Amino acid sequence: MRKLLSGNEAIAEGALAAGCSFFAGYPITPSSEIMHYMARELPKRGGVFIQAEDELAAVNIVIGASLAGAKAMTATSGPGFSLMQEGIGYAVMVEAPIVVVDVMRVGPATGQATKPAQGDIMQARWGRHGDQYIVSLAPSTPQEAFELTIEAFNIAEELRVPVILLIDEFIAHGREVVVPPKLVTKYRRTVMEGGEEPFNSMNPRIAPPLPELGSGKYLLITGSTHDGWGYRDVHNFETHFNLVKRLRDKIMLNLDRLFMYEAYGNEDPDVLFISYGSTARSVKEAVNELRSRGVKAKLIRLKTLWPIDLELIKRLGGDPKVVIVPEQNLGQLIMDVERIYNPFEYRVIGCNKVGGGIPIYSNELVEEALKVLGSGGKASN
Amino acid sequence: MSSGNPQPEIGPIEYEYGKEHSLPLEFNLRKLAETRKPILLPGHRLCAGCGAAIVIKLIGYALRGPTVIANATGCIEVATTIFPYTSWAIPWIHVAFENAAAVASGIEAAYKAFQEAGRLPYKNVDVIALAGDGGTYDIGIQALSGMAERGHKVLYVLYDNEAYMNTGIQRSGGTPIYAWTTTSPVGSIIPGKTQPKKPIADIMVAHRIPYVATATAAHWADLFRKVRRGLEANGPAFLHVLSSCNRGWRHALEVAVEVSRRAVDTCYFPLWEYKLGEGYYLTDRSLQIARNPKLKQPIEKYLELQERFRHILRPEAAKLLKQLQEYVDAVWQDLLNRAVNAPK
Repeated sequence: MRKLLSGNEAIAEGALAAGCSFFAGYPITPSSEIMHYMARELPKRGGVFIQAEDELAAVNIVIGASLAGAKAMTATSGPGFSLMQEGIGYAVMVEAPIVVVDVMRVGPATGQATKPAQGDIMQARWGRHGDQYIVSLAPSTPQEAFELTIEAFNIAEELRVPVILLIDEFIAHGREVVVPPKLVTKYRRTVMEGGEEPFNSMNPRIAPPLPELGSGKYLLITGSTHDGWGYRDVHNFETHFNLVKRLRDKIMLNLDRLFMYEAYGNEDPDVLFISYGSTARSVKEAVNELRSRGVKAKLIRLKTLWPIDLELIKRLGGDPKVVIVPEQNLGQLIMDVERIYNPFEYRVIGCNKVGGGIPIYSNELVEEALKVLGSGGKASN
Repeated sequence: MSSGNPQPEIGPIEYEYGKEHSLPLEFNLRKLAETRKPILLPGHRLCAGCGAAIVIKLIGYALRGPTVIANATGCIEVATTIFPYTSWAIPWIHVAFENAAAVASGIEAAYKAFQEAGRLPYKNVDVIALAGDGGTYDIGIQALSGMAERGHKVLYVLYDNEAYMNTGIQRSGGTPIYAWTTTSPVGSIIPGKTQPKKPIADIMVAHRIPYVATATAAHWADLFRKVRRGLEANGPAFLHVLSSCNRGWRHALEVAVEVSRRAVDTCYFPLWEYKLGEGYYLTDRSLQIARNPKLKQPIEKYLELQERFRHILRPEAAKLLKQLQEYVDAVWQDLLNRAVNAPK
């Protein structure tokens, strides 16, 4: 059935379709509609909705619910996301499958509460202290918000990891037709059968199992360094090193499954755009415009913002004369792109604009590309 | 001015350096209008009929001299400082949602140090922390409790409109039982919020700070006195002001003051103050009701003005209404038992 949904509503619908039965949150613009939707819908379907006293509580309520057996999520925006970092770091350490939606608004601090941005890319990735790997996804339409929310739950459950859904305010509040798929693949965490360690796995690609709610299994959970059985070990080198290595490997060895993207345009482009979220929509138009003018152009749109498959992007991108990374921030994803296209060999430029709710327009990108191409393309330094 | 009454020029309020500033409390409204500048200037973007704007303006008339306001995130914060303007005629700082009390603590501690070092240009600077119910009952209570425990000489003003009005009317710890909000929607099974309001002022009394009081904009003289006592208290003070919100409470634009009056008349929101070492005192209308219980109105009088309680006034919800009345009566009786000036 076709539905006219905002990105926020699509996320809520996607979560329900994925089997989310638990939501805890705290009001914050521009994410509150997700909470309103869940407050209305979850009790009707036998789920639980809790409004917490702040974001610290919201994320920890969700962790508690998740470890108790529920598919649980929360949604917030910049300032609230900052407050949730401690809880997300804990969820990484205890391998609690949770989904955190961050509707990105202009920051830092309270910034511009009602205006879109893409400034939380690095925070989503590295916002916590210590070595920790999470997965972050960035939809570009309400339809994709619906699909990636389901994907977020599946990844969280499969890998026992917090998955962060980064959506910018343009998508969150923009309304488009969403066609929910007829068949939704739902993944559920593996359940302990008995005898397995809940915090260790022989195969580093596979997350350890969790006991099922009410199964009477004895489980010790701590954010301090722990061994496979959950016992605290806050002195030993091997215990800690093996733990954080496994938590990293669990993500990085599954790169082929986690890294999602869309490639659009010429096979071997002169102008390569790498973008994500709402910005990628302007880029698509710019690619069309450039191609109609005879310029070979391509967009690689990242649906997964972390982890990123650098080799694959290089293979897809080929040997362009210029690489343009449009972002609604002062340049964050460009740091990854510069790891692929060495800025001393390639012309890598950011196209950055943030604040005031003004999008990056496609004609700006076309002009930028033509200007750079006209000046010879490759960097002279 | 067309009325011909002399009025002070509107603009930033300044105080002469090196002087002791202690403006007397002024209850003569005409004199007040002629001699005192408002701290909240015209042009702010609060909604028509907003109760909070009235509360802030009234509080401004009870200040005694140089004052700094630390404001938590909320309606007052966003609507009084729309770029490129500000409505504040006195120094004002906003940090984030949860930390008005912490910021105020820092300001107070620094001023104290400056004062001891002889570097403060004024004899005295008052610090007010201003926050709504979300910033006080919920996310801000940790900072508030810390401020109270450390004993910072700050007047914390809670303007309580009983939900997160700024972000779209979500329930808070201050939302009363059975009220509709966007996160406590009313359905055929769940009648709005299912938990009663947190007794925030009593929680602050339990911190054993020098002064705690409740007030409304309808009882303005009482509010003036309480603001002043809070500022003069020798330590942290807490003022809980009920502040109507026509968007969230779903009432007519012109009844902001009337709703507040009825909140007191029905004993839903009794007026009292607590002085450390002396105990609870009923004030104003609530003291009159204690002396003459016939003045006490049934809770319907308060609910009937507000659409957020509409479902409670339906015949099929008679049981809920009765429960609510019993709850209000029990809280009121509890206060009567504690108040030192209530007739025994």
